[in-house]
Amino acid sequence: MIAARLRDVFRSRLIWPVIALVALLVTNVIKSPGFLSIRVQDGHLFGSLIDILRNGAPIVLVALGMTLVIATRGIDLSVGAVVAISGAFALSIVGDAPDPNDLGVVLGAAAASIVFAIVLGSWNGLLVSVFGIQPIIATLILMTAGRGIAMLITEGQILTVSSAPYKVIGGGYWFALPASIIIAGVMFALVAILTRKTALGMLIESVGINPEASRLAGVSARVIVWTVYTFSAVCAAIAGLMISSNVTAADANSAGLWIEMDAILAVVLGGTSLAGGRYSLTGTLIGAFVIQTLTTTVYSIGIAPEITLVFKALVVIAVCLLQSPVMNTRITKMRMRRRRTPAVAPTRATVS
Amino acid sequence: MSVAVDPVPLVEMSHISISFPGVKALDAVDFRMFPGEVHSLMGENGAGKSTLIKALTGVYGIDSGTITLDGEPLVIKSPAEAQNAGISTVYQEINLLPNLSVAENIMLGREPRRFGGIAWKKTRAMAAELLTQMRLDIDPASLLGSHSLAVQQLVAIARAIAVRARVLILDEPTSSLDADEVAELFRVIRSLKDNGVAILFVSHFLDQVYEIADRLTVLRNGALVGEYRIEEILRIELVRKMIGKEIAVLDDIDTRTRAQAVETETATATAVPFLEASGVGRKGSIEPFDVRISEGEVVGLAGLLGSGRTELARIIGGADRTDSGEIRIEGKPRRLSTARSALKDRIAYSSEDRKREGIIEDLTVRDNIVLALQADRGWFRRIPRRRQDELAASYIQALGIRPANPEALLRNLSGGNQQKVLLARWLAIAPRLLILDEPTRGIDVGAKAEIQRLVANLAEEGMSVLFISAELEEVLRLSHRIVVMRDRRKIADLPNEDVTVTEIMGLIASGADA
Repeated sequence: MIAARLRDVFRSRLIWPVIALVALLVTNVIKSPGFLSIRVQDGHLFGSLIDILRNGAPIVLVALGMTLVIATRGIDLSVGAVVAISGAFALSIVGDAPDPNDLGVVLGAAAASIVFAIVLGSWNGLLVSVFGIQPIIATLILMTAGRGIAMLITEGQILTVSSAPYKVIGGGYWFALPASIIIAGVMFALVAILTRKTALGMLIESVGINPEASRLAGVSARVIVWTVYTFSAVCAAIAGLMISSNVTAADANSAGLWIEMDAILAVVLGGTSLAGGRYSLTGTLIGAFVIQTLTTTVYSIGIAPEITLVFKALVVIAVCLLQSPVMNTRITKMRMRRRRTPAVAPTRATVS
Repeated sequence: MSVAVDPVPLVEMSHISISFPGVKALDAVDFRMFPGEVHSLMGENGAGKSTLIKALTGVYGIDSGTITLDGEPLVIKSPAEAQNAGISTVYQEINLLPNLSVAENIMLGREPRRFGGIAWKKTRAMAAELLTQMRLDIDPASLLGSHSLAVQQLVAIARAIAVRARVLILDEPTSSLDADEVAELFRVIRSLKDNGVAILFVSHFLDQVYEIADRLTVLRNGALVGEYRIEEILRIELVRKMIGKEIAVLDDIDTRTRAQAVETETATATAVPFLEASGVGRKGSIEPFDVRISEGEVVGLAGLLGSGRTELARIIGGADRTDSGEIRIEGKPRRLSTARSALKDRIAYSSEDRKREGIIEDLTVRDNIVLALQADRGWFRRIPRRRQDELAASYIQALGIRPANPEALLRNLSGGNQQKVLLARWLAIAPRLLILDEPTRGIDVGAKAEIQRLVANLAEEGMSVLFISAELEEVLRLSHRIVVMRDRRKIADLPNEDVTVTEIMGLIASGADA
C-alpha cells in the first residue's frame, strides 16, 4: 500500500523536479569535484550544499505560504513587497534603538515585523475572501503599493545597520547549521504537521476544489482563505528578515524582487496545480531547491550573466514540459507498450 | 415512420471493450443504430452507458472492437473527429457558454467568415433560421445565461444539429425539463427523425423512453443484456433486465408512508413542530411563505422547475439569506443565514446541482463523507483517521457505494454513486432535518429505490425530511404532507391521504389562486 503510493507519487508528480535537481547537482560536481564536500570550520558546517540550503531558505519560506494560497485557487503576488517591508521595518526599529546589539531589541523588531505582516496579509485576505476580488488583482495592489510603503519606512535610503544579533537570522549559525536553514525547516515542519495532523489540509483542498460545495457543507471557506493569505505574508516577512539580515541592509527597491515568481515557480514545479485543490508541500520544497540550485549552478559553471535568465528559463521549460499531462500520457503509454510485449491483456493506462 | 425491415445500420459498434484501472467498463458490447430511428440506451448507473457514448464520440479510446459508420470502418480519436463524421452529442451537463448570446453559442467555431473576421449579421441570421426550423421562439441575440436550463438544453440541440448531424446523441436531455418542455423537445426529435437522423436517447424516465424510442439496448455492469424493439418488451420486463432483480420495495414504501401520513398528522397537529417558517421570503426569489415541518415528517415539495421549490429549500438550508419573516426551530427563533449556521441546528441541505454545489471531485470518497462533520468540528479537531475509516466503511456498505473503495477519488464514481456519497456526508452529521433537492435525478431505478427506502426509514427513526423531486409519483410515494409551489409562491399544503398525481398536476397547472 505505502510502496504503491510512493510509486504513484514518484511516477506522476515529483520525479521530474527530482531528476532536474540531481542533474543540476551532477553538473556542478563535474565542474567542481569538491562541490558535494561539506567541511567543519569553527564548529560550523561549510560547503556549496550548505550554501544552497541557506540561500534557498527565503524561497522555501515564501513558497510554503504560496503553496497554501495556491491550493485555495488563489495567488499572492505581494510577497516580494512584504519581504521588502519587513526587512525595512525591522531594520529601522533596530537602527533607531539606543543599542542595536541588544537581543531584546532585535527580537522585538522581528516580532513587530511579523505583526505588521499579519496586518498586510489580512488586507489581502479581506479583499479576496470578503470582497471577492480576484486574488491576482487583490494582491497586485499590495505588490505595487508595498514597495512604496517600504520606501516610506527607509525614507528612500538603503538602510544599513550593524547589529550582531540581527545578523544571526540570515547569516548566523545554530547547532553548526546556518540559522536560516533551521528557521525555514521549523516553519516547514510546523506547516506540515498543522495541515496534515489537523483537518486544515483537507479543508484547504476542499475549498480550492469546490468553494461553493465546501461552503454548503459548512466549511468556513472565508476564514480559511483569509488565514492562508495572512500566513503567506508571515512567511514572506520571515524571509524578509533573513534577506535583510544576510546583507545587513534594507533596500526597498530590490529586496525580494521577483521572489513571488520564484515562489510560484517552485510551487508549480512541485506539482501543485495553479487551478487549486490538491497540493504537495514536499513538492514545493523540491521545487524551491531546484530553483536555488539553478541559480547557484549558473554562477558556478560560469554562464555569462547576459544569458543567465535564458538558461534558467530553458531548465524550467524543460521540467514543466516533462511534467505536462500530454507528456505524462505519452510516457505512461511507452511504459505500457514495453510491458505489454510479454502479452498481457491490454488495459487502458489513463482515465481522463 | 419507423422502418419495418431492418435496413443497413448507420452506426455499428461490435465487441467494444474498454477498461479503466481496476474496472472493466465495457465488455465486448455490441450496439447499432439505424437511420430515422430513436434508439434508447438503458441501464443503471455504472452499467456502461456513458462509457459507450464516450467511445462513440471519441472521448475514450477503445481497447478492442470495431466501429463502422455507413459500413465504413471508423476510427475516432477525438470529439472533433466524431463531429466531423456527423456524430453530435448533447451532454447531460450543458456545455455552453452562458455569457455569450444564443446565436454565438449555436454557431461557435463555425461562424461564417468575412474579410478574415466573423460575419456577425450572417451568423445571427443562420442561427435565427435554425431556431425557426426547430420552431423555437428564442431571441438569438439574447444572452444564453438569461434563459432557463430547458431553453439552454434546446439551444444545445440546435447547436448539435447545426452541423448536419447524422447521429445525434442526447444524454439525459429531459432531466431538468418540465412536461411542456419535454413535449417541445420530443417534437424536435421527431422532426429530426423524419429527416433520417439516428438519435440516441438516454433517459431514466421510462415513460419518455416508451413515448419516443423505437428500439432500445440494455446494458448491465458493462455487458450487453440485449437489443429490443420497443413494442416487444414490457416495462416491468425492461426494469428487471436493467437491474437484474425484482423491485417490490417501492410498493412497500408506498403503503407504509400512506399509513403513517394519517398517524403523524394527528400526532403532530398540536405539538411544536421541529421547524416553522412564517412569512419567510426573499425578494426576486420567492414570495413570503409559511411552512411547518414536524419531527419524523416527510414534507414533499411539488412544483415545476422555477416554481420556487429550490428557492424555498435553499432558504431553509441556509444557502440563501431571507429578507423577511421568521424561522423557528422547536419554537425558538433562529437566523439561518449561512449553511454553516443551519448545519449547527442539524439542518442539512443537499443541493440539486450535484456537480457545482455538492461533490468535491478531487478528494476521496472518505474525505467527501466526513467533510460536513469535520467542518462542524472545526479544522483543529481532526476526526481521528480510524473513525474516518469506520464512517466511510459503514456508509459505503449501508448505501452500497461502488466501487467500495474509500480512497477512490470522487470524480471517478458514477453520478448515482456520487449522490450516495453526498447523502452519506449529510447523514454523517445525524441531521434532524434533511433537505433533499432532486436527490434521485439522473439516477437509475435501483439506486432510486434504495434512496427512497432510506428516506422512509430515516423518517421512521424521527428525522424530518424536506423532499423535492420533479417526479410527482416519487413525491407522493414518500411524503406525509405535500406543499405545492407555483410561480414562486406556495399555493397549497395538503396531507398525503387520498391525493393523486393528477390532482397535484391540476394544482400546479391551475391559473387561479388556490
